[in-house]
Amino acid sequence: MKFSLIVQAAPHSTQASTSALSFAEALLRQGHELHRVFFYREGVHNASALTAPPQDEPNLPQAWQALAGKHQIELIVCIAAALRRGLLNEAEAQRYQKPSANLAPGFILGGLGQLLEAAVESDRLITFGN
Amino acid sequence: MKKILFVSRHAPYGTSTAREALEALLAASAYGQDTQVLFMDDGVFQLLHHQEPAALGQKSLGASLPALPLYDVENIYVHCESLRERGITKTELVLDSVQIIDSQAVSRLLAQQDQLLSF
Repeated sequence: MKFSLIVQAAPHSTQASTSALSFAEALLRQGHELHRVFFYREGVHNASALTAPPQDEPNLPQAWQALAGKHQIELIVCIAAALRRGLLNEAEAQRYQKPSANLAPGFILGGLGQLLEAAVESDRLITFGN
Repeated sequence: MKKILFVSRHAPYGTSTAREALEALLAASAYGQDTQVLFMDDGVFQLLHHQEPAALGQKSLGASLPALPLYDVENIYVHCESLRERGITKTELVLDSVQIIDSQAVSRLLAQQDQLLSF
């Protein structure tokens, strides 16, 4: 079965992002396909390259990157939600004349259309964080 | 064409949930799917007339809702019990084209969908 996930909660603040990651790992382990993970609302913080939790705590942005790299999964971050919350790639940092970019490698800024496309293309769309 | 229901369950102000749900809904409506919305729980507060959130530094969410039919979101559902629990009557709603449905109808509505988007 083809799944997509929407993550609406920040990492290290609520359980939702960790649950989404565990769900993603479990569905892949069972032979399902993960089409796309769409990060929306506070979920955009999962894409920060600057997250630096204590060493004995999981680093969720890194865990998403590792999962995506291993299974070729699209990690799409809603651009409107990201810009509001200070998550920028190089192009957006230049466009808005900000001192730096902080979108972690492996994450891509995209539009809400990609959430809809995921809803249309997937058998199941699962929401985490609301 | 897929049936996609947005479920909006948060008050219009206090968090960005309701506003970002509406943004996603309006974006979704451009994709030619059967896009619908259900307001329930505190989400019914979004439908109240005379919202004046300027003091909060916010734009009125209620003022955006009458545009939904223009975006081809024609089926707008409101959970009856959520209205009643909050003492809101139909005449206080900013939209007059809504369908007010009870809990049983909500469960039938959810079961008909291809996808649910929960906010």
